[in-house]
Amino acid sequence: MHVRRRLRRGLALAALPLLAACNFGGPQSALDPQGPIAQAQKDLFMWTYYLSWPVMIAVFGVIVYSIIRFRSKGAEDDKTLPHQTHGHTTLEIAWTLIPVVLIILVAVPTVRTIFATEYTIAPAQYTDEDVVIRATGYQWWFEFDYGDGIVTSSEMHIPIGRRVIVELDSADVLHAFWVPNLAGKRDMIPNQANTVFFQADRPGVYFGQCAEFCLGAHAYMRFRVIASEEEDYQAWLASFRDAGTAERAVQADPQIERGRQLMAQKGCIGCHTIDGYAATPVGAPGFPNLTNFGLRLTVGSSILDATPENVAAWIRNPEALKPGNYMPVLWRADDPNADEEVAAITAYLLSLGRDTDAATAALGASHGDR
Amino acid sequence: MAIGNVGSAGPTTGQDALLTRPNTDRGLVGWLTTVDHKRLGILYILTSLTFMGFASVEAFLIRLQLAAPGNTLLSPDVYNQMFTMHGVTMVFLAIMPLGIGFANYFVPLQIGARDLAFPRLNAFGYWVYLVGGLFLYTSFFLGGAPDVGWFAYAPLTSLSNNPGLGTDFYMIGLFVGGIGTLVTAMNLIVTVVNMRAPGMTMMRVPVFTWLILVTSFLIIFAFPPLTVALFQVIMDRSFGTLFYVPEAGAMPILWQHLFWIFGHPEVYIIILPAFGVISEIIPTFSRKPLFGYPVIILSGIFIGFMGFAVWTHHMFTTGLGPVVNTAFALTSFVIGIPTGVKVFNWLGTMWGGKILFATPMLYAVAFLVTFTLGGITGIMLAVPPFDAQAHDTYFVVAHFHFVMGGGALLAFFSALYYWFPKMTGKMVSERLGKLGFWLMVPGFYVIFFPQHFLGLMGMPRRTQTYVEGIGFEFWNQVSTAGTFIMGAGLIVFFFSFIHAFARGKPAGNDPWDGRTLEWSTTSPPPHYDFVRQPVVNDRDAHWVQKYPDSVHGERVPEAASIPYDAHGIHMPGQSWYPFMTAIAMLPMSYGLLYNNWWVLGLSLFVIVVASYLWALEGVGGKHIHVDPDHPHGHDRHEEDAA
Amino acid sequence: MRETIAPTETHGAAVLSARSTKLPDIKLMMWVFLASDCMFFGTLIGTYLVYNGRSLVGPGPLDVLDIPLTTVSTFVLLMSSFLMVLALHSLRQNDISKFRLWTFGVAFFGAIFLGFQIYEFRHFIDLGLTLQGNLFGTTFYVLTGTHGVHVAIGVLWLLSILVHSYFHPWTSKDDVYLEVAGLYWHFVDIVWIVIFTVVYLVEFV
Ligand code: HEA
Ligand code: HEA
Ligand code: HEC
Ligand code: CUA
Ligand SMILES: [Cu+2]
Repeated sequence: MHVRRRLRRGLALAALPLLAACNFGGPQSALDPQGPIAQAQKDLFMWTYYLSWPVMIAVFGVIVYSIIRFRSKGAEDDKTLPHQTHGHTTLEIAWTLIPVVLIILVAVPTVRTIFATEYTIAPAQYTDEDVVIRATGYQWWFEFDYGDGIVTSSEMHIPIGRRVIVELDSADVLHAFWVPNLAGKRDMIPNQANTVFFQADRPGVYFGQCAEFCLGAHAYMRFRVIASEEEDYQAWLASFRDAGTAERAVQADPQIERGRQLMAQKGCIGCHTIDGYAATPVGAPGFPNLTNFGLRLTVGSSILDATPENVAAWIRNPEALKPGNYMPVLWRADDPNADEEVAAITAYLLSLGRDTDAATAALGASHGDR
Repeated sequence: MAIGNVGSAGPTTGQDALLTRPNTDRGLVGWLTTVDHKRLGILYILTSLTFMGFASVEAFLIRLQLAAPGNTLLSPDVYNQMFTMHGVTMVFLAIMPLGIGFANYFVPLQIGARDLAFPRLNAFGYWVYLVGGLFLYTSFFLGGAPDVGWFAYAPLTSLSNNPGLGTDFYMIGLFVGGIGTLVTAMNLIVTVVNMRAPGMTMMRVPVFTWLILVTSFLIIFAFPPLTVALFQVIMDRSFGTLFYVPEAGAMPILWQHLFWIFGHPEVYIIILPAFGVISEIIPTFSRKPLFGYPVIILSGIFIGFMGFAVWTHHMFTTGLGPVVNTAFALTSFVIGIPTGVKVFNWLGTMWGGKILFATPMLYAVAFLVTFTLGGITGIMLAVPPFDAQAHDTYFVVAHFHFVMGGGALLAFFSALYYWFPKMTGKMVSERLGKLGFWLMVPGFYVIFFPQHFLGLMGMPRRTQTYVEGIGFEFWNQVSTAGTFIMGAGLIVFFFSFIHAFARGKPAGNDPWDGRTLEWSTTSPPPHYDFVRQPVVNDRDAHWVQKYPDSVHGERVPEAASIPYDAHGIHMPGQSWYPFMTAIAMLPMSYGLLYNNWWVLGLSLFVIVVASYLWALEGVGGKHIHVDPDHPHGHDRHEEDAA
Repeated sequence: MRETIAPTETHGAAVLSARSTKLPDIKLMMWVFLASDCMFFGTLIGTYLVYNGRSLVGPGPLDVLDIPLTTVSTFVLLMSSFLMVLALHSLRQNDISKFRLWTFGVAFFGAIFLGFQIYEFRHFIDLGLTLQGNLFGTTFYVLTGTHGVHVAIGVLWLLSILVHSYFHPWTSKDDVYLEVAGLYWHFVDIVWIVIFTVVYLVEFV
């Protein structure tokens, strides 16, 4: 009796998390789909989840019943053996067939969904309606290439209501591209052309994260997908086409102009590309492209909001915010000029892309409701 | 005169051998040179429990690090080493050898044999496992443990991406350890196939032994692909080959195929022995025969076969295309059928029984519940569109801890409580056993149930930390809190055995009213296992002797045993060479690690010489004659009565 | 309790009759080992096939492989398997001198095969095919090299038997020890046929 009471308490304890767990939404949740692919994936999960209930009820029901009903009643009772059954053919056939039925119930929608969500699209099959973006994984950030020389890092802009095809590549080790609200993940593998596709139904900012272990700062290899109305998306693209003009337009402010010069003096521009930056050579392959950085929501591959303080903190000491990442710390700890120089660079970076009308419109939209 | 036998006049101290043949079972020498399957079984069990302790401490640190977002307890570097070593240790050094340890001890006893077919090879297998484990663990002091995850995906392991020694430790350590596992599996196969007691047909072999046989076949087919893959990476790193160098056109995906062709069978290598012990324990404590014995055996074989046909379900997100994903989803679903059949048969065994809830049975029931839950999430993961979301998240972490921690581990804990009286002759305190259980199992659920939620909410695995504000904090804290409960349970668990050693009540030969032959001999069994050669007339050989009415079929049990023939019981001689050969693999590994060809060559030379001496030394040994009526209990004190 | 020293000869026979399958343990062991070894070679051959044609730089198979030469060495290896059969037969007939002769023959032919392989490797290296040069080199050398190591172990084993037979005269009762070596040798031979087909012949059809 004693044990049984404890058992019941144990079961209640196990059930507790089940009850408490009613809301699993969130900006990075697979159970909060914002497009048809993620929706189909969630639906399939829910279906298997419901199907698992009869199995659990049957198995645990029999266990609990046996525990109560067939418990030994003490030494006296144990003197006689229970009936020594060795098996029961009909029963055994029956309980082989029941799982078969369950499995068919799972398999049919599974196969359907596979072909609806994971079919292969050869480049020849791309239509004009599709948005094609090339994503490359680097240790530990994502690069997005829209063609036309438009390259950004860590934030991917897409229009809503269109199929987005992302071509995946990796510059070093394996990574995985994953935006749970929009679609399941797909690995980024050197020497292997992978693609993933999805569609966003609503404007919003969706969180993404690298899902394949890639050493070092894997935990902080994050990105965001910013889905906006078609015209905002076009405006955002347009702001990149005249990013050069924009870059030159901001230099009236002396602090910004100083920041611009420091970019070269401190060596930033040796790695980072900024369209329109006047010096040569600008940038090296394999580092985040900072063109129109002023339009960013985040800094440091989406681990921090792009407030002036956070941007400055990143530039001052990226190692402290994202241990192990490959951007060097460029000021000694006791450098008296550090604060002033970082502030200037921050001002410059945040001004990039800000002054064109199109850009401002894009920015407004992307700071949407989510 | 042939290789493999001692010289004609050879006393047990073979005189043509380099080292005197030891003939004592006392002291360090006795243990280092032992070829007794029971002693080796105990060594396996103790060693694997020790490694489990290490892995648990690593798990504990992992959970502490994840208790709060942005925590800096462990640097990313250290964290990566922790989960890699945690996974590697649990899988290769703790749970698999634990199963092998039980197999070592109980397979010969269950089939009425004196030992394994190749006792010295068996010793070699153990020492190699120990060498592999020690080698891996020295990495912590020699520049850092492996940090590439337990499946070490290429090209993360290439010299350019990972110049440290950690990866070499992983590759060489598993390579060497794998040799030990392979030879032990071969040994077990020959033993079960060839050394069964008279009358023990294959359909009378106890289920545990049967599933060990299946497991051993899985090992001999699954380990070679892993060994080759490890060898390829060792070649890449030490000799500049190009197997996994993308710049030369190599395909990183090849490693994944080779690893998982091994890796999925590996999870059945872990779970089948667990199924085996459960199939022994549930009938014993329900006082009924196993329901559907042939079905349990056949489904075990079927699971073994299917285990080789599902490996790409670990690779659903690598872009193999819809057709491949469909095929492997279907094969993975199919595995649910034989597994389900097993679960139902266990339930059928309990049904109508008179169930005694001693500690082993509690663990067995907990196994049933937890494993079923883990199996169900396994089926969910086998749905590729959902796996696209769940892959590499904490949902997977929850799944495999349910099947391995809640499944295999709980089953082995059950087995420890079940067989401890046989191995030591002492009973474990039921109160301590149950206290440990009621801390361990609820603690387990508190740790791992919330991890399903974390996975669904988008938390990737192998992340040293997480950002604030996306809802991961709460469940991570719950999970971490659980480790304290389970940790306390683990401490009670270990204490219960120490306590039993010191002051456990005598167990007698057959404390649980057991069914199989190991319960027919003394506790602990004598050096020679059985006084008389057991003869088997039925399944549950021991049970039908005690309860002749319960015989399966019409037959009446005949004699339960016959005297050994006039030569007496053959006891193989002890030997230094298995130990020497295995130990020489330690410097060999370091030679390979540091690319020091002198050390490598010298150790290889020692290995070759020792193997020759081993072969020339022969089985050797002695025959002993035990008077069945006065077996004097334990033979340890009668060594000099020649 | 009494102890006696194992009287080995009778002991062996006694043990065999007590075995469930009536087969010697070591023979079963060899079968089990060979089953496992199949997977080893299967994996290596699989790797070779996966990377076949993916090398970014030369030389490729067509640039280096020399079918007639390797056909000769393959033939030598095949013949050694034939001699193996003769050796076992002689031992069973208790014809010890013939048994020694044929055993030596097997080892000798194996050594010739190894000689061919060493020659071939050196020649290929002269042609620019190296272990580190391209994927073909990597996979080719590791596959054929692993096979070569198997042959070398076989040769050593057979020579050890030969030497042993002078110190402890062998009789037909010891045939199982030679039989097991023979199983191994035939297996290594068959594997070579597969490798020869997959690596050499298929390239030229
Ligand atoms: C003991 C070990 C063990 C066992 C037994 C299993 C059992 C199963 N596993 Fe698990 N698995 C692992 C250990 C194990 N697994 C590990 C370690 C990993 C992760 C490796 C890593 O990435 O680190 C993993 C990962 C893993 C994945 C990859 C996830 C991913 O990385 O994305 C998948 C996907 O298909 C999977 C599926 C299954 C299935 C279908 C079973 C089936 O065998 C389960 C069958 C059992 C049941 C279904 C329950 C009982 C049945 C019934 C009561 C009948 C009725 C039920 C039905 C008809 C559904 N497992
Ligand atoms: C048999 C296999 C097995 C077992 C039993 C366990 C047991 C445990 N595992 Fe294990 N785990 C794996 C196999 C296993 N694990 C594998 C294969 C991986 C994948 C690795 C990889 O990705 O490469 C993994 C990964 C893994 C992760 C994911 C890490 C990541 O992806 O970042 C986590 C995180 O919580 C975890 C936790 C635990 C815990 C808490 C336990 C507990 O059950 C352990 C019990 C121990 C304790 C509860 C602590 C003991 C306490 C003390 C020693 C003293 C302190 C106590 C008190 C103060 C009371 N494991
Ligand atoms: C050696 C090359 C290098 C230099 C020099 C360098 N960076 Fe970086 N920078 C990087 C890398 C690599 C990253 C990506 C780090 C990550 O997220 O893992 C990065 C990231 C950034 C980011 C965040 C980008 C994003 O997507 O969020 C900013 C902003 C930035 N750098 C600014 C600067 C400034 C300003 C300087 C000069 C003071 C500078 N960098 C100098 C390599 C460099
Ligand atoms: Cu990139 Cu993880
Ligand atoms: Cu699997």
